[in-house]
Amino acid sequence: MKPIIKLEKVWKTYKMGDIEVNALQGLDLEVRQGEFLAIMGPSGSGKSTAVNMIGCLDVPTRGKITLEHHDISKLSESELAQVRGRKIGFIFQQFNLIPTLTALENVMLPIVFQSVSREKRIRKAAELLKIVGLSGRMNHKPAEMSGGEQQRVAIARSLANNPDVILADEPTGNLDSSTGETVMGFLQNLNRKEGKTIIMVTHDNNVAKHADRIEFLKDGKVIENFEIH
Amino acid sequence: MLKDYFIYSVRNLRHRGLRSWLTMIGIFIGIAAVVSLIGLGEGLRIAIMSQFGFLGPDVLAVQASGLALAGPPGTGVVEPLSDKLADKIEKVNGVEAAFNRYIESATVEFNDRQSVGIAGSVPEGEAKKILETMVNLKAEDGRLLKDADSRKAVLGNNFGGDDKFGKGIRAGDRILINGADFEVIGILEKKGSFIFDNVVLMNEQVMFDVIGNKKEEVDVIAVKIDGTGRINEAKESIEKLLRKERDVKKGEENFVVQSPQQVLEALNSTLFAVQLFVYIIAAISLAVGGIGIMNTMYTSVLERGKEIGIMKSIGAKNSAIFTIFFIESGLLGIVGGIIGIILGMAFAFGLSVAGRAFLGSDLIQASISPWLVAGALVFSFALGTAFGVVPAYRASKLNPVDSLRSAK
Ligand SMILES: Nc1ncnc2c1ncn2[C@@H]1O[C@H](COP(=O)(O)OP(=O)(O)OP(=O)(O)O)[C@@H](O)[C@H]1O
Ligand SMILES: [Mg+2]
Repeated sequence: MKPIIKLEKVWKTYKMGDIEVNALQGLDLEVRQGEFLAIMGPSGSGKSTAVNMIGCLDVPTRGKITLEHHDISKLSESELAQVRGRKIGFIFQQFNLIPTLTALENVMLPIVFQSVSREKRIRKAAELLKIVGLSGRMNHKPAEMSGGEQQRVAIARSLANNPDVILADEPTGNLDSSTGETVMGFLQNLNRKEGKTIIMVTHDNNVAKHADRIEFLKDGKVIENFEIH
Repeated sequence: MLKDYFIYSVRNLRHRGLRSWLTMIGIFIGIAAVVSLIGLGEGLRIAIMSQFGFLGPDVLAVQASGLALAGPPGTGVVEPLSDKLADKIEKVNGVEAAFNRYIESATVEFNDRQSVGIAGSVPEGEAKKILETMVNLKAEDGRLLKDADSRKAVLGNNFGGDDKFGKGIRAGDRILINGADFEVIGILEKKGSFIFDNVVLMNEQVMFDVIGNKKEEVDVIAVKIDGTGRINEAKESIEKLLRKERDVKKGEENFVVQSPQQVLEALNSTLFAVQLFVYIIAAISLAVGGIGIMNTMYTSVLERGKEIGIMKSIGAKNSAIFTIFFIESGLLGIVGGIIGIILGMAFAFGLSVAGRAFLGSDLIQASISPWLVAGALVFSFALGTAFGVVPAYRASKLNPVDSLRSAK
């Protein structure tokens, strides 16, 4: 399989006043199409930073990131937004749903930004909520749902524009182990049945076992990597 | 898409209910002040115009006194003006013409419905022409009165509309005035004056026959000054004449000679001072209101940093974020404006009702035109968006990663 994502000697330096923090220090990484990759490593090792770079939320200080053969450092701010909207689906540890919107509206939101007709949007969002087993919660606000339910809404939302790549930063970090298993079940299904490329950050070995491969990060670099399957 | 942003913005404003309302206070006080003031000022102008029934730089109105500025002209006066006076006034130096006018309320019946109108006399001969130019009378439908017309009437513009009788009166229709059969020969152009839009004009003699005015009791004498334009001198001469005729001393006059134009101008200049003061207060209030909107929007941007980060992470472009915040500040402005308009109208109409009830004066009238309302709406929206541009821009430029990392 050819790589869909490639990071070459990526550096990210944050400046906090006079202090410089090197979150990434020459990170090399390749992700193949349809692969389920887990990223592990100690706190502060740069996992989230790496995922954010891949997700076009930020650009590297140095180095090159290619996504489907496009060098993302060459993209403008609005082109990056375009890529995030169409090619990437994000899932976060804190679920990150919009509190004032219902489950259905939250799932619809990424499609709103792509200017798709209203009926199509509603149909798509309802369909996705059904997949994650939340048809009965469509008109609930995030505050009216459990953590596991919120995360399933977030999974549905990440699929709204049918992206190739799903980025999940500690998706089970705020869930108990059995709810976490349910969520992982959905992610695994997406990988196996829909052929989505998934990159997931986790601290939990049991969660990481669902992946095909694990990359270990430390001090902004890969120090080890395992093939599981 | 815009509709979705709109819904989302409304949701956010409602979510922050109390704060949104508090933010709008400055706007609606300012807008209310402006709307009520412009409305009352306009109403006052119309009221003064109506008071005399004519207006012009070369026109004087003579009325029996006490009620110069209140109540229908010439009514309820102890010693009415005699019909002989006009001829004498006409001989005064500087006066070109003077003629009697009779004014009385009358019931009009048409299409089996009744309405009250203001019957006004039209003098004969040369004076008729002068009145027509003084008031700038023009028929929108049909024609104006001729001396030979009897039992014929020309009606104010409001009679042409459907509101009064369910259907508008046209030239050629027959109506009953105080029970007597009349033919309508013309409908006047819209004047924007209460009196002239509800007037029922008929020849003087018809007025005596049908409405029952006494020839000897004149309501107003209209005086036209000649081309030399010495209006103040003419006024003094007329006053001198009337003092002699009515046998009163200077300072104890039971009549007034006024130039409607001058009354209007005097009032306008007093009003201007008051208006200027209120406008300044309104402007300050609006500026404070605008800054309030800016402050609220900044707070909102800070509070919703995380939300902005989320939206960016799922594909929102900067322009989308900008639009959402821009709409929100515009909404704060326009909703504040709507409330301000309602308050302003309520205040203006309330004051005019109170004026009528306690002072018996029609002078305090509210006239709020659709243009005023539309203008206030556009202005308040523009104000909201103007003060919202910077916060919205700030929101749109937030770095997605930093925003996602923010606690809230
Ligand atoms: N926006 C930022 N500004 C300043 N420093 C940052 C920023 N983002 C990350 N860092 C720093 O970069 C380093 C890597 O952070 P990152 O969030 O990628 O770690 P992580 O591996 O995801 O850790 P965790 O497991 O705790 O989530 C940390 O030292 C962090 O403090
Ligand atoms: Mg992290």
